Amino acid sequence: MSIITSLGNVLGGGAAASGEPLYQGADWDYDKVRRVYDAIEQVAVQDLGLDTYTNQIEVITSEQMLDAYSSIGMPLFYKHWSFGKHFARDEAMYRSGQRGLAYEIVINSNPCISYIMEENTMTMQTLVIAHAAFGHNHFFKNNYLFKQWTDADGILDYLSFAKEYIGKCEERFGHTAVERVLDAAHALMNHGVHRYPRRRTPDLRNEERRAREREEHRERTFNDLWRTVPGKAGGASPLSDRDRRRAMLELPEENILYFLEKKAPRLDGWQRELLRIVRHVAQYFYPQRQTKVMNEGCATYCHYRILQTLHERGQLTDGAWMEAMHSHTNVVFQPDFDDRRYSGINPYALGFAMMQDIERIASNPTAEDREWFPDLAGRGDPMGALRDAWANYRDESFILQYLSPALIRKFRLFHVADDARDPEMKVAAIHDERGYRAVRHALARQYDIAWAEADIQIVDVDLVGDRRLILEHRVLNQVLLDEASTKAVLQHLADLWGYEVELEEVDPATGARLKKHTIAPRRVLGSPI
Amino acid sequence: MFTIVDRRLNPSGKSLANRQRFLRRAKEQVMRAVRDASAKRGIKDIDMGGDISISPDGIKEPTIQRSSTGGARNYVVPGNKEFMTGDKIKRPPQGGGGGQGNEGADDGDGQDEFRFVLSREEFIDLFLEDLELPDLAKRKLAVTDSLDWHRAGYSVSGSPTNLNLVRTMRNSLARRIALNRPTGEEIKALRAEIDDLERTGHDRARLAEAREELTLLLRRTQRIPYIDPVDVRYNRFDATPRPAAQAVMFCLMDVSGSMTEHMKDLAKRFYMLLYLFLTRRYKHVEVVFIRHTHKAQEVDEETFFYSPETGGTVVSTALEEMQRVVDARFPPSEWNIYAAQASDGDNALSDNGKTAQLMKEVILPICQYYAYIEVGQDGMSPGLAYGGGARETDLWRTYKSVAEPVLAMRRVTQRREIYPVFRELFAKDGVAQQAEAGA
Repeated sequence: MSIITSLGNVLGGGAAASGEPLYQGADWDYDKVRRVYDAIEQVAVQDLGLDTYTNQIEVITSEQMLDAYSSIGMPLFYKHWSFGKHFARDEAMYRSGQRGLAYEIVINSNPCISYIMEENTMTMQTLVIAHAAFGHNHFFKNNYLFKQWTDADGILDYLSFAKEYIGKCEERFGHTAVERVLDAAHALMNHGVHRYPRRRTPDLRNEERRAREREEHRERTFNDLWRTVPGKAGGASPLSDRDRRRAMLELPEENILYFLEKKAPRLDGWQRELLRIVRHVAQYFYPQRQTKVMNEGCATYCHYRILQTLHERGQLTDGAWMEAMHSHTNVVFQPDFDDRRYSGINPYALGFAMMQDIERIASNPTAEDREWFPDLAGRGDPMGALRDAWANYRDESFILQYLSPALIRKFRLFHVADDARDPEMKVAAIHDERGYRAVRHALARQYDIAWAEADIQIVDVDLVGDRRLILEHRVLNQVLLDEASTKAVLQHLADLWGYEVELEEVDPATGARLKKHTIAPRRVLGSPI
Repeated sequence: MFTIVDRRLNPSGKSLANRQRFLRRAKEQVMRAVRDASAKRGIKDIDMGGDISISPDGIKEPTIQRSSTGGARNYVVPGNKEFMTGDKIKRPPQGGGGGQGNEGADDGDGQDEFRFVLSREEFIDLFLEDLELPDLAKRKLAVTDSLDWHRAGYSVSGSPTNLNLVRTMRNSLARRIALNRPTGEEIKALRAEIDDLERTGHDRARLAEAREELTLLLRRTQRIPYIDPVDVRYNRFDATPRPAAQAVMFCLMDVSGSMTEHMKDLAKRFYMLLYLFLTRRYKHVEVVFIRHTHKAQEVDEETFFYSPETGGTVVSTALEEMQRVVDARFPPSEWNIYAAQASDGDNALSDNGKTAQLMKEVILPICQYYAYIEVGQDGMSPGLAYGGGARETDLWRTYKSVAEPVLAMRRVTQRREIYPVFRELFAKDGVAQQAEAGA
């Protein structure tokens, strides 16, 4: 049972004009949340020009937050033991005090759902609403990757369908059978995304129009002489067997789950559907994996700007502002590499710093900035520049485009090259004139998902022989695959394929074959042919 | 325009189904962990949930990873303080965090142990499932009969103390209205009118009429009683026999030098089962630990299992101690008394007669059940320890001579036999039949 409160558009205009604080004290109630939301919305839309999906703010308890963790934050999700495992671990860590809970979870859906926890203070709720309901929300709605790959309108319906479908499969085919397929699919989840937009199947109207155009073209260029030209003798096709086979199977294919769904010989219909569901979920999260820095940077920048504006207008008390800044600085803290707390570059810190830097370059550039960013420096309208960046980049291209020398100096970034053939690691570039471009380039690479993940493709199937599935890993920088985890995943792949699977590691530069893994299916998922 | 939804009232435990799937998946490891955890626990603590940790094998979620060694890698890290381009740096030790920001360990992997918390029910379920405990409710246990009275509607007969006034008066009122019994006010009003008429003296006709009316009313009042026996209702009570809600469990154990750790462990497991079994039947279960060598004493659990003791073996001392404790604290009329004795079967020869007599005349009459477990070395039948083939031990022969239905005896040498033996012992009818068959 839930209480749903629908609100009229009560603008906080009166409060803003008089500059009275929107709330006092730490406790929150619905009235305060409404007032604060309206004030934030005003700043977000009028001052920052954000464009968001309709918001739905859900109040939950800490236990429900733990629940949400275990299903990747989604309000509904299919059932699988791995989520129970994550829940058990998160719960144990939370209860023993090793880990706090996230302040918020926000879901890329339309309406955009943000969770706020009942334990939080009113200031935290303000911060969370500004961060999630406006910052993340704007990013979800406007970034090109999200537009291209996710369907915010349909995701909740799809998940509801998936949950129901998998539930029915469990009833009908047994828990174990479903679990095995899902286990295998989860292992291959990272290899279940389309990285490039595929050609869309044209709809019927377009098809008809194109057919007409082709016909017209033929009529226009008709020349009876062509009929008299002798045709090629019906000799062998120029394509070899291998090429023909590969064309038929649409190989090479890097989306392994997609290939299995369409082409695995022994899977039943429901098993293919399960693969499809896992594949869709992976695809849905694919943009998020590529935009961590930007997404968090955008949200952090938004909450900072919004709260700052509210404070300047006197709508936020000094105490609330200090509390918000305390949380904010915790979030954007970046320890140095030799610090015990260091665990990689904090996406909040880097993202927030870059957003602020863009604002600075656009409105108040130095000579160096003018040299590095001729288009951006001093153009004014920093919000326009930011919105443009948020819409059209992902982490890798964003860093490559916008990481300024000033910021490299501020973070004191340096690039270390570690070649296993050398006895020691080498500092390849530091924050100096010679190093800026190299550091920026290397950092951008670090965020390029195509570099971070192994490039594995299905290249061939031995159709005349033993139906072995042949994959290729194009080795990057001589880093081979981890033996144990690869074997485990290939086992799942072999079980799905139903026949032997072979993975060859190839150096794309020299064509050298470095290593070969072969796995036979242990228990075939699917029916005998 | 936005919406706030309060989800706090939504049913919690949304991930319960996932948790069950997880426990089922990791069943083997969880069971092992529960077994280990229960061995470390005190007998009374067996009935609680708790932290367990299992090895991550079998609950891994593999993904294809690049190897963490070999090849050329590039890291960009913050916080440069001293390095110049071209400097050489020593590699940090394997797995060190010195700047490998792009190699986050995958979820769950990279951890030695997977720790989480089991709830009490989950723990007990797994514990019992491991032992394949049958439906305990169907087992017959001896109960002491005491009567439990509870309300069971109304009756037309009963003792005056049980009179239900409300129900009685309600019946009476209904009857009085139905039969049109004159009320007190009517009569009072008529009497006042008659008095008035008598005093003033005029309208004699009305006076006579009124008197007539009054006698009529009074006659009616007499004929229709205020409370008639048919109105009376009594609270009815039903008596149901009720088992005594408390039980005491005596753990008797020989702790002389011949008892090894393995034997004690077997005994402990048996006691645990018995405790669990009794707590399912009785509201309140006390445990008394009596250990003995050539003399016996009541001790706490810690001492009972872990404190070493040397000396001879005189079983009757333990029985005497038990008798003393029963007399002092557990009158058999109020307590269900269960006893479980674990021993390697050793007893001083001179003591056998006394033990048999004590058992027969004192201990067995007050016990609901007396289980004797003869524990042996792992993989060896207890008799073999004496090198004389399947010879019966002194104590075994002594108890066999007693042969009462409340006394059950079994030999256990291995952990896996504990539960079957337990089940045999507590399938009471079965034991009796077997005893007959064996005799």
